[in-house]
Order: sequence, then C-alpha cells, then structure tokens
Amino acid sequence: MKLTVTVNGTDHTREVEPRLLLIHFLRDGLGLTGSHWGCDTSNCGACVVWLDETPVKSCTVLAAMADGHRVRTVEGLADGGRLDPVQEGFTQCHGLQCGFCTPGMMLTARWLLDHNPSPSEAEVREAISGQICRCTGYENIVRSVLWASRNGG
Amino acid sequence: MTGGSDEWWEGNAAVQVPAQVEYEKATSVEHALTLLTRYGPESRILAGGHSLIPMMKLRLAQPEMLIDINGLTELCYITLAGNQLRIGALTRHAQLLDSAVVGQYFAILHDAERVIADPIVRNWGTVGGSLCQADPSEDLSAAFAALKGTMVIQGPGGAREVAAREFHTGPYQTVVRPAEILIEVRLPIRAGGGSSYRKVARRAGDWPVGAVGAAVWLERDVVADVGIGLTALGARNFAAAEAEDYLRGRPATADNLDRAGQIAAENCRPVADQRGPADYKRHLARVLTARVLSEALSRAGG
Repeated sequence: MKLTVTVNGTDHTREVEPRLLLIHFLRDGLGLTGSHWGCDTSNCGACVVWLDETPVKSCTVLAAMADGHRVRTVEGLADGGRLDPVQEGFTQCHGLQCGFCTPGMMLTARWLLDHNPSPSEAEVREAISGQICRCTGYENIVRSVLWASRNGG
Repeated sequence: MTGGSDEWWEGNAAVQVPAQVEYEKATSVEHALTLLTRYGPESRILAGGHSLIPMMKLRLAQPEMLIDINGLTELCYITLAGNQLRIGALTRHAQLLDSAVVGQYFAILHDAERVIADPIVRNWGTVGGSLCQADPSEDLSAAFAALKGTMVIQGPGGAREVAAREFHTGPYQTVVRPAEILIEVRLPIRAGGGSSYRKVARRAGDWPVGAVGAAVWLERDVVADVGIGLTALGARNFAAAEAEDYLRGRPATADNLDRAGQIAAENCRPVADQRGPADYKRHLARVLTARVLSEALSRAGG
C-alpha cells in the first residue's frame, strides 16, 4: 500500500506492506534511527514517538495507521540548532547513561510539560512509568525533566 | 518495508513482525460493517491494536484482513444521555481517565484506569478493543460488570444491546458476531451510589494477579443494591452474583462486607499460573472484595 506520513514536518510517501510496524518505517524506511527498537512488546518505551499529539509505542502501531497523520520523533525535538529545554535538561542533569531509552523519555517529557508545565516529581515518575531505563538511571531522568520545567518548559 | 522487504526480513530472523495481512481503513461504521461482511471471519477490526498487534507478532492471531477503525471519530466520545453515561467504543483509556464526568459518577473507572498498563499504552489502547479482546484478566470487564453496564453492538441489520455480564462467552470470546462491531458502552447513573476498584499486580503496569471492583447503593444503612466485578480470578461473567445476593438488603456492616468477600472467594475458580497459586488468588478475591465494598460505601457517604 502507498502511504504518506508527515514526520517532523516533512511529508514522506512510500510503498509499504500493511504489516510494517511504525518503528521499522521510521528507522529503516526513513533512516530516522533516533527512535529505538527495544522490547518489541510495548513494555519498554524505547520506541515512543508522537502520533499526531500523543506519545505512542511505535512497535505496536502499524505504519499504515500513521498514514495521513503526523509523527514527531526525537529528530524533531530541537528547533533548528536550538535544543529543546528537555534536551538541555538531560544534558545539564546527566539524564542519560547508555542513551537507549533517552529519545522515548524525552518525547514523553516534552508531552508532559506541554500539558503540565510544572509537574511534581511524582507526576514525572508517573508519566515515564511505561518506559524502562536499562541503566536504572531514573533519578537523573526525573531531575532532567524537572530542570526543563524550571528552565523554559 | 520500503522496496526490498523480503531480503530485509530474511536477514533479521529474530524480528517479531506480523504475518502478511491486507489492510483497509474504514470511513464509517457502515463501511466497516460492509468490509466485515465482504471479507468474512478472517477479517479483524483494528482499533488501538495494543492486544491484536502483539498477538499477530506471536502468530496467536493471523487475520487475513485488518479493518482500521481509528479514523471513526464518531465512536470516540463520553456523553451523558438522560440517566446514562455513554462511552464510544473507540474512546482511549487515557480519555476515560481524564474525563471529569466519568470520575464524578464512576470513581471505579478512574481507579481501574490508573492501573491499566501505563500512560503511553493508555494513550492508544481503546475501551472497545479491551472488551472485545476479552482477556480473562482485563480490568474494565470487571468494572462494567460491577456497574451492570450494557454493550451496544452494531450489525448489518441494526444495533442490539447486550448486558455487560452476557458480553463475554469465555476467554477471548464475546457475543460479537463476525459481521458486527461493538460501538458503545452504556452505564446507568443512579443516585446515592459509590464505587471503587482495587488491583494487586506484581509490578507497575502489569496484568492483575487479581482485581475487584464494586458499586454500592445505600438506603439509610442498608445495602439497597450492589454490583461486584472480579477479574483474573475465574469469576463467572466477571461478577460475584452470590456475594451480591447475600449483601442486598443487609446492613452495611464490616462483618457483612467480610462475609460477602468470603462468598465471592468461594464462588470463583482462579487457576494457578506464573502470577500465583489458586489459593492465594482466592485470598485476594476475599480481601479485595471486602476492601472495595468498604471504599465504595465511604464514597457513597455511608
């Protein structure tokens, strides 16, 4: 089937099999390897991207379901050369170790701060509760999101 | 994949991908029904896909045709209609949790939604999809059984209503026929009630070891009516009818709530699995039933 997905503001039209998962479309079809492919069972959250305005686990969404919709990946987080405050927060607070969970964590954090600019620590923990950091670096991830909330949202 | 897909899959033997499948987007409920009729029992409705797609990866489901209803925004709503709350089948779990009107009338649903999977999964998984998946450990099935809801099922010949407690015919089986779609859940709103849901799980976001929900209506200090729903505990129709019968008409005392819990435990048939032995699950049925009844009563002002 032919589909068109608007990824980070750019339209991409491709011929795909209906069974193709969105994560593979992004990584292997478009070369956007910032979104990571982790557990493949919608548990770990490494593959989180935005579908329209909502974070989803892209290993459990077909590319076909994104046809005619917008997708936002970590590559679309910075505004030109200017990092998003969430990215700045992860830099300032050592929010990543191996970096595998980082793109998904940052996209969820961006969504949280868009809806709740001043979250409590508990609200940050709840927001990322569907995402696993294999380095167990949660303390600094939470600090990074809170830093972003205090520094430009 | 784009272009040479076969080579890519063959080089990634460990990749979990669904088998070949056809795909079509439904543009209306009528269109979806037409497609279901045309493609027959090997076609499946694709809503959030958070149960169906993992099952397709594991070959536990191998539909030949997926009918994507995610574009049917007319099935995505939570509205008050007279003395009913109506929930469209495509309503996402997150929308149920975010709904103030749901929280106002049915605290049990907010209790349940807070412990269904995780926030990201709740963003995309749907109420109707969860019900039609009919997993014997699914949470909303117990909550709707406690609330004595009604499911509205649309077919080529029109819509029919089925009581929540008659919706499931067994594990992964419902009364929805191959050419039908669940379109709505209706919940009766009755004054003076309170409700609650509690789940015991091994870790955050997991399926329950056991979970129980209850809704209670008081008249003075007597239980005028009560609904008790259990999931993952082998309860018939996700309900504890014998415990309800015991409690109805009795004073809402702690002893009576405990006795109702015992009756619920005696009448369910939990199975031992990796989440725990049967007697532990029966213990959960007893304790959780008493707890949710107590909490539901406190919310009813009792």
